[in-house]
Amino acid sequence: MTVATGRALRNRRSIPWAAVPCRPIAAFRSGVIDAVGAGARLVSLFGLADGDRETRLVAVLADDARGELDATSARVEERYPALTPECPQAHVFEREVAEQCAVTPEGHPWLKPLRRHPPDHLPSGRSVPPVDREDYPFFRIDGDELHEVGVGPVHAGIIEPGHFRFHAHGERVLFLEIVLGYQHRGVERLLETLTPVRAMLVAESIAGDTVIGHAEAWCGALEALGRVHKSPRAQAVRAAALELERLAAHIGDLGAMAGDIAYAPAAATFGRLRGDCLNLLLTLSGNRYGRGLVRPGGVAFDVTAEMAAAMVDVLTRVAAEFARAADDCFSAESVQARYEGVGVVPSDVCRDLGLVGAAARACGFARDVRSDHPWGAFRYAHIPIATAAAGDVAARAVLRRLEVERSLEFLIEQIRALPRGVARADAGGPLAPEELAVALVEGWRGEIAHVVLTDERGAIRRAKIKDPSFHNWSALAAAMPGNTISDFPLCNKSFNLSYAGHDL
Amino acid sequence: MSGSATTALAVVLIIAPLLPSLASRTVAFITGRRGAPLLQPYRDLVKLLGKRAVYSRTTTGVFRAAPIAVLATPLLAAALVPFDGHGSLAGFAGDAIAFAGLLALGRMLLALGGLDTGSSFEGMGASRELAFASFIEPALFLCFAALALTTGELSLGRMLGGAIDRGWAQAPASLAMVGVSLFVVMLAEASRGPVDDPATHLELTMIHEVTILDHSGPDLAFLLYGSALKFALFAALVVDTLMPRTGWPTPLAVAALIPALAVVAVLVGVIESTFARLRLVQVPQFLAGAAALAALGVILRVR
Repeated sequence: MTVATGRALRNRRSIPWAAVPCRPIAAFRSGVIDAVGAGARLVSLFGLADGDRETRLVAVLADDARGELDATSARVEERYPALTPECPQAHVFEREVAEQCAVTPEGHPWLKPLRRHPPDHLPSGRSVPPVDREDYPFFRIDGDELHEVGVGPVHAGIIEPGHFRFHAHGERVLFLEIVLGYQHRGVERLLETLTPVRAMLVAESIAGDTVIGHAEAWCGALEALGRVHKSPRAQAVRAAALELERLAAHIGDLGAMAGDIAYAPAAATFGRLRGDCLNLLLTLSGNRYGRGLVRPGGVAFDVTAEMAAAMVDVLTRVAAEFARAADDCFSAESVQARYEGVGVVPSDVCRDLGLVGAAARACGFARDVRSDHPWGAFRYAHIPIATAAAGDVAARAVLRRLEVERSLEFLIEQIRALPRGVARADAGGPLAPEELAVALVEGWRGEIAHVVLTDERGAIRRAKIKDPSFHNWSALAAAMPGNTISDFPLCNKSFNLSYAGHDL
Repeated sequence: MSGSATTALAVVLIIAPLLPSLASRTVAFITGRRGAPLLQPYRDLVKLLGKRAVYSRTTTGVFRAAPIAVLATPLLAAALVPFDGHGSLAGFAGDAIAFAGLLALGRMLLALGGLDTGSSFEGMGASRELAFASFIEPALFLCFAALALTTGELSLGRMLGGAIDRGWAQAPASLAMVGVSLFVVMLAEASRGPVDDPATHLELTMIHEVTILDHSGPDLAFLLYGSALKFALFAALVVDTLMPRTGWPTPLAVAALIPALAVVAVLVGVIESTFARLRLVQVPQFLAGAAALAALGVILRVR
């Protein structure tokens, strides 16, 4: 899986663009399919304009067992044979390529608009007719006793917009189709064109609840291209912030899941503890979601000894209260009756769709960027990876509980013994020209991937962002058939995917 | 007797909105929150009555009739319940069936009003509401049958007012089962946990909430008050069954109703904060359990 130059592509290590092979489409296709068949994972697949008429398809593959990445590419015109029939992991990526670059993957079994926007990475010499956002080819099932329930994009609660269409027989769901794209802001285009300072703010806003994760990935890619070396202290603070974000999200979700089944004690306690974790991010950065903390070269704010001591106190208290509340919640029979056997993702579906994060670990796949492709402080302090086998709501809930406990241990250990040094190194010089960098981060939802390619002047030519939701929305759709429609909110919450992160 | 029945009815009409509020407040207290003020429902009602209702273009008169029916039917049914523990304002042999029928009428119009919006959720909520009603009603009728058998009376006022003492003397086991069964029926009729979740904002899990989702202004006030009154009616049936006050002086019997209803509401809150909501497909089993309990109460009296 190494590239010919001898300098392998790894998490946060850039390689010259010239070292990425440009192969004929047939060889590219079989290369990716074979690699995925041999156990590699498709981290990213995207297109960029290459000349007036052609599009360059780039695939980034991860070999999790060896901690290596690989990039390969092909030049295509308006159409090419789709990878999806033999490599289902590519299915959303190819829909995305078709939409962004107006390239048709022929033979794609489910080629529908993904975000319903006009192509924004079209080669300069091509033009396409305007798209009608409302014209969407919904899946249909006919039958006298079947009914269709459409929910959203405007919901009864204050949540992000998305449209869910159920085909149901009574309460039993036969099929769920999820239509997203209402939050499309053109993030990739913005990252490619804005000034570095503003681009950093956009990167933090890709998904509102994954500020640290996306900022960390964006900085990781830029630092690799700018040859910036961070101090161990900066790396430790960043890792702490990432784990705090994970804590807040996981605890909040455990509370929200309890809220969905009207189990009030856990909903209230977890909700309160989530607030404590967000307040720790506030202590670190001045913002409850950690905005403004992670910056190229390190972190914008240092941690004083008093802050560290206060944080350890809060974390110790949170750990004790969380343990009590979690024991109560997970031992309640009425809670187990609601969680178990609901929203099962079979492990072959998980493998085929290339799921990431807690959703994949709940299906028995030990995928975690923190241990597979470690970076920063995670190279020295290992967090044990938990897996569960059942793949249902209960598995995802238990897994989040375990991750909360391990993150708490990690955080208390890291903050007690922060390395000395400066919080922020020099942000570095210009980005290296004509290089490709891949930065992976295990955000709380799973693998975040930012791929950045620079042009001959060192400006950003292509920024490809992948939020873990991009893979995992398909898992939600796959988990629903056979369940009752009233269990959908619970199932949805057990994944808690990002609309904004998907829609970009 | 009629005077105290009127007083008791007036008291119930006034305090009805407090019951859901007290139950929710109990949940808040147990889970360590402060919760909404107890009098909030009254403020909400006043606020809603001062607003204008908004109707979608797809709705017809059925949609507008639903709130009126949901308010009127428990008001009429209330006249049949002996709130003072002695007798009801109105009554006739077999009025228990009229009681159930009135509530069924309100439910039917609520469901039709939901269907009238043309929204798929409201249709779903309406179908759930009716599906569960088909389990609630047998339980309710079996409760009434057990009451009639134990007391030898056929009107609610006499069963729960005059003759309930005799029933407790002769068949305490039957009446205890009826009391528990009525409590479960009340949980379902009042859309409380573990059957429904009054606090949910998730359309797909809603039962009662979704059928009132499109109503606004005074219509919504009618629906909220009507639901609270229904809660109070069933809570009063539970109190009348489990705490017979036939021998008490009427002022005391009326006064005792208020703390007794409060205890029922607090108990609902305690149940809501101890158990997660049932999976929707298991709700019928829960309600069938209530029906089975009431049936046992009947069987114990049939020799």
